[in-house]
Amino acid sequence: MPVVVDSAPLIEAAVLERVLATSLAGGGDMAEVFAEDRQTSSAMLDDKKVEELSSGRERGAGIRVVIGETTGYAHTADLSEAGLLAAAEAASAVARQGGGTRIVALGARQAASPRAEILPSEVAKSAKLELLARADDAARSAGGAITQVSVGYGDSRRRVLIATSEGVLAEDDQVRTRFNVSCVATGDAGMQTGYESLARTEGFEVFGKSGVEEIARAAAGRALTKLSARPAPSGEVPVVLAGGSGGILFHEACGHGLEADHIVKDSSVYVGQVGELVASPLVTLVDDGTVAGEWGNYAIDDEGRPAARNVLIENGVLTDYMWDYLRARKEGRLSSGNGRRQSYQHLPMVRMTNTFLLAGDEDPDEVIAQTPHGVYVAKLGGGQVNTATGDFVFGTSEAYLIEDGRITEPLRDANLIGNGPEVLRRIDVVATDFAMMPGTCGKDGQSVPVGCGQATLRITGITIGGTAA
Amino acid sequence: MSELLSLAEDVVGRARPGEEVEAYVARGHDLEVRAYEGEVESLASASSSGIGVRVLLTDGESGGRLGFAWAGSLDRDVVEATLAEARDNATFATPDPDVVFAQPDGVTAASLDLWDPGVADTPTERKVAMAIELERLVRAHPQVRQVDSADYGDERVEVALASTTGIRATNRRTGSFISVSAIAGEGADTQTGTGFSVARSPEGLDIDAAGADAILRSTRMLGATKAPSARVTVVFDRRVASTLLGVVSSALSGEAVVKGRSFFAGRLGEEVAAGAVTLVDDPTDPRAFAATAYDGEGLACRRNVLIEDGVLRAFLYDTVSARRAGTASTGSAVRGGFAGTPGAGCRALTLRPGVLDQRAILEAVGAGVYVQSVTGVHSGVNPVSGDFSVGIEGLMIRDGALAEPVREVTVASTLQKMLQSVLHIGGDVEWLPGIAAGQTLAIGEMQLSGS
Repeated sequence: MPVVVDSAPLIEAAVLERVLATSLAGGGDMAEVFAEDRQTSSAMLDDKKVEELSSGRERGAGIRVVIGETTGYAHTADLSEAGLLAAAEAASAVARQGGGTRIVALGARQAASPRAEILPSEVAKSAKLELLARADDAARSAGGAITQVSVGYGDSRRRVLIATSEGVLAEDDQVRTRFNVSCVATGDAGMQTGYESLARTEGFEVFGKSGVEEIARAAAGRALTKLSARPAPSGEVPVVLAGGSGGILFHEACGHGLEADHIVKDSSVYVGQVGELVASPLVTLVDDGTVAGEWGNYAIDDEGRPAARNVLIENGVLTDYMWDYLRARKEGRLSSGNGRRQSYQHLPMVRMTNTFLLAGDEDPDEVIAQTPHGVYVAKLGGGQVNTATGDFVFGTSEAYLIEDGRITEPLRDANLIGNGPEVLRRIDVVATDFAMMPGTCGKDGQSVPVGCGQATLRITGITIGGTAA
Repeated sequence: MSELLSLAEDVVGRARPGEEVEAYVARGHDLEVRAYEGEVESLASASSSGIGVRVLLTDGESGGRLGFAWAGSLDRDVVEATLAEARDNATFATPDPDVVFAQPDGVTAASLDLWDPGVADTPTERKVAMAIELERLVRAHPQVRQVDSADYGDERVEVALASTTGIRATNRRTGSFISVSAIAGEGADTQTGTGFSVARSPEGLDIDAAGADAILRSTRMLGATKAPSARVTVVFDRRVASTLLGVVSSALSGEAVVKGRSFFAGRLGEEVAAGAVTLVDDPTDPRAFAATAYDGEGLACRRNVLIEDGVLRAFLYDTVSARRAGTASTGSAVRGGFAGTPGAGCRALTLRPGVLDQRAILEAVGAGVYVQSVTGVHSGVNPVSGDFSVGIEGLMIRDGALAEPVREVTVASTLQKMLQSVLHIGGDVEWLPGIAAGQTLAIGEMQLSGS
């Protein structure tokens, strides 16, 4: 549970109480102040030069007024009482039925301290740049065919405060650090690219645990391997996904479809399926914002609810959806801690955190050995889903043919396409080698950091969109 | 407007000896309404402003060192701190003789009127009514069982840019849009389709057309099945063609070319596309969604011919990438608001229109697949290697007309091969949001992957 810390709040409780009361002066069921102070720093090394060292600062608050099924929202970069009151007026323009005087009393302050041993803001800029140079060297020495390398570093500290007319007063302090390497390799058949990243909800200590050279070599290796790649096959094939290859399969195949905003609007194939078998019995899927260090981790969501571990599918049976405040309220239940927003300039909605498939008991090598013919995906790119139809795609960024139970030739990048409920039923084996990967999830114009995880698994048949007939 | 420029000039005026300073100041107002079941689901309004400051230290012998900082506020002390932070960041950059700021190059900026007072003058009630009307219209169709979202949105954006190298530029524009997402259903079958309309002001929006488009796109997909894999001719809907041009555009960025990340590098003067392909980027055309008089470094935007009759003629450059390539900026610096730094890119691509409309192109093609929407563009299209593989929804083309709907299939090729295999370019130009206009586009020899 969050602990009380002694840092000053972004906005004083007495001011919050007055702003919340003003927000409801024209009527309304609930008012909320979401304040945010975000500091970022990033550095980019490209073409062997440190091209850009950048710092950013953003502070502001968004005020939400809910009346019945209607939400009013306004935001401001002015955190003074006058600035907040002006935003409260604008947000409450949707509720002009007259409400009279309301008194708002906030509960005890729940504040989480930053989960970082070394705050990136206290690290010398030169130390961050040194990481870039090391990664550039490592990538370039991976092979003479590496013709271009770009390396990115970024950190952010995001302090948030949520106060509501229901008495919630919660704060979180989220520190995130990321590092990524992109390589271009050039050969007789043209250019190929390789990418690898590290992204953690941690401070600078992450670089004491993971070597940037390793990330660079992985990116370079991927580009080099693909220089000799042949076109991916076209049509339905068995596919083995490597442990930690992205886990994006579940994020797209069912994660989005289990977000309650799609459920209450009847725009998901998983509507009315709780208690039903929606996947292979090997599938137990969890969304868990509490996993320390993972990219989708936080203590308090952007509506003031603590992060939670939510089992979505257990042994193939759908157990629950993911909820935010508004959709949970409609169903007369509590939010599952999945209310998130990109920044104070955005309304919260239901979002995933760290979504993963629990490991199975097969040996990953055996999964490949027992696949006579198919495609082995070592690394996935992004994906996209239409929640209403369940159709989804996800791209490969490192893949190979499987022939006679052995991994053979590398394949050029392609998208795979399938239908969520069908593909989940076609998972026939899950191995033990569980691993997580970070990603950025986009929904309705908002991006948030998420984690995805899974062990090696096999789909008995899915369509791969290559060019080889 | 003038106060934004004064603020930018004020920051620039604080440059010290041995440094150049550039300030980019932006202010915006936006409104977004979502309707659901005849009521307002959400109404969000806001004003925001911010500044991005670049400092270039020019005192070194081996070239300039660049630093950047931004802040989402124009408060005096915040702006002061941002300048100091950019200055500090610059001390850590690698000296580079090619890193310089833009200087006025004598090209006169186009006079563009992209600001429509209708956005500010139209009452919010009217805007709300448009979103509700759009939802009602789509929901009224017997085959539509749900309207996922029906939105109205608008924005007013003002930007001022000043530098110690003599740049003074201001841009301002308004935009408004409506969009609707329909879910059509028959029994267990569910299909989706979206429709939208964009204009400089609410009066320019076409609610009926946006609604009809969402209805058509969702209902005609009912009964869609997976098609068998085949080598096919593909006819891309205008919206999809606009997305494809946007992808090709990243290979035409001079920055990608000088850094060896474009499959067009070293191919100027060569035939890279079918003879029918003439591709132009012209941000001075006021019909283009992203039209603007000045680029992201404050140089006048201009018309650039990139591919002419299939021959690669030019790349698009900002100041730094142009110096690296030994040429001059084409006025093509783009930047993602005050929190971003300039890079080279397209704003307003169009293909020279052909004479056929969509119906005539379908007749000419005879057989193939018509693509109404694509998915996985960011995961399946690689503008460096050219590999292209996307999920599609659409309809088969039989006997020169649209036939049965198909889903859960992909089409694949390479961007290089697709450019060479352009069969028809529509005369049906539609100005769409984004960086490219839409025109029906027929491309031969693509691989359809399905059952």
